[in-house]
Amino acid sequence: MRTVLYDLHKSLGGRMTDFHGWELPVQFEGIVNEHLHVRSNVGIFDVSHMGEIIVKGPQALEFLQYALTADVKDSYAGQKAVYAILCNEEGKIVDDLIVYGIGPSEFLLVVNASNTEKDFEKLCSVKEGFDVIVENKSSEYAQIAVQGPKSQQVLQPLCDFDLSQLKFFRFKTDVKVKNVPCLISRTGYTGEDGFEIYCRPSDAASLWTSLLENPLVKPIGLGARDTLRFEACLPLYGQELDETVTPFEANLSRFVHMEKGDFLGKKAFGEAKRMLIGLKMDGKAIPRTGYPVYYNRQEVGKVTSGGFCPSLNGVYAMCIVDKKEYSEEGFEVMIRNKPAGAKKVSMPFYTKKYKK
Amino acid sequence: MIPKNLYYTKEHEWVKVTDEGLVVGITHYAQEQLGDIVYVELPEVGSEFNAQDAASVVESVKTASDIYMPVKGVIKAVNRELEDRPELINEDCYTNYIFIIDAEDADLSGLLSADEYAEYLKELGE
Repeated sequence: MRTVLYDLHKSLGGRMTDFHGWELPVQFEGIVNEHLHVRSNVGIFDVSHMGEIIVKGPQALEFLQYALTADVKDSYAGQKAVYAILCNEEGKIVDDLIVYGIGPSEFLLVVNASNTEKDFEKLCSVKEGFDVIVENKSSEYAQIAVQGPKSQQVLQPLCDFDLSQLKFFRFKTDVKVKNVPCLISRTGYTGEDGFEIYCRPSDAASLWTSLLENPLVKPIGLGARDTLRFEACLPLYGQELDETVTPFEANLSRFVHMEKGDFLGKKAFGEAKRMLIGLKMDGKAIPRTGYPVYYNRQEVGKVTSGGFCPSLNGVYAMCIVDKKEYSEEGFEVMIRNKPAGAKKVSMPFYTKKYKK
Repeated sequence: MIPKNLYYTKEHEWVKVTDEGLVVGITHYAQEQLGDIVYVELPEVGSEFNAQDAASVVESVKTASDIYMPVKGVIKAVNRELEDRPELINEDCYTNYIFIIDAEDADLSGLLSADEYAEYLKELGE
């Protein structure tokens, strides 16, 4: 599948790759340069492949309070974007997503592209008894992420709304960007300040082109999207998150609101058996996903994501390991059958620069 | 982009015959496909490999790629500069070699000439 911006990516020199069935640019001028550009200026990302599910009806709120881990009741009134997790009955993670209350009884759920069908089916399977409609509207939305410390400076002149009013994880519907109707939220997946813009697919190309007219802006591929989110320790479904871990094991307990009443998976969480930790490697060899992690010569888990962090000029790993007390020293990752020394460090590796 | 005075392999390595031995690096195509190179695992000097053995690993941000022995031989020297500056391969892949093989009477018949390698890249659609 292709997003509506496919031809523009090709014309900008994007090297296309397959990402869960989507042909998307992995890089334009090079991952490290693109990464550093987002940290210092502004990068734009085509994330139109993301899935959009609409939940609406008289009991839309009640339904989402039951289906998701996070409390979404203030989302509409407060124009708050809510990061939430969809768990299964066993308390394991089906997907992570963002909820936007776009009407008094209408919600937009933005989900991982590769999970869209699965999420849609899961939501449909548990909606019995709720007066609610669940619709997969992915093909009706394009999404462009504008990320970097100068995002507001770049976006404001194109925009009919005062962006300084929008704090981190707040959103605004019916904003016009270059006369294109959009939903704008102050969210992202890079650890920098920035915005995510949702619009009709037919408007995406003109929006993309308008943004690129600013010399501060460069197009960014999936490669740097991954290094940016990794450095900020933002989880990626399929690596840190999947249907073998609970939100508590994945370091996401703050997005599970146990006090809000019953919800899917709540009774099944049990005691966390594993935990997510960060390691800084002593050397330069890359600990790739799945490599075994040792602590005092005992295997304790595996790498979920690992790599070179361009902004920190070091090699780091996020790992899922047995839950217990660890000291900083004594870690090794087995890289191609050779132990590579590492130290436990706090997460995130890169200090996030959000506009609170 | 494909120097005439070198030999090549289908694994996108180049081989230069010198008095010091066979100097081995990766081609422009290889470094471009890999993207930003962040680590080179150099073989130990003195270790012996058969042709097609994985002797070294080049890691980019996205992926790890084995470097294969173009011929049987002993590692005579390695490019230690890459330990601190692996990105030199991206900057100039034909100057910044990876290792040198001591291979007397090496059989080079399995290697490609510059023209043959260019032809091979064309088949790959490059």
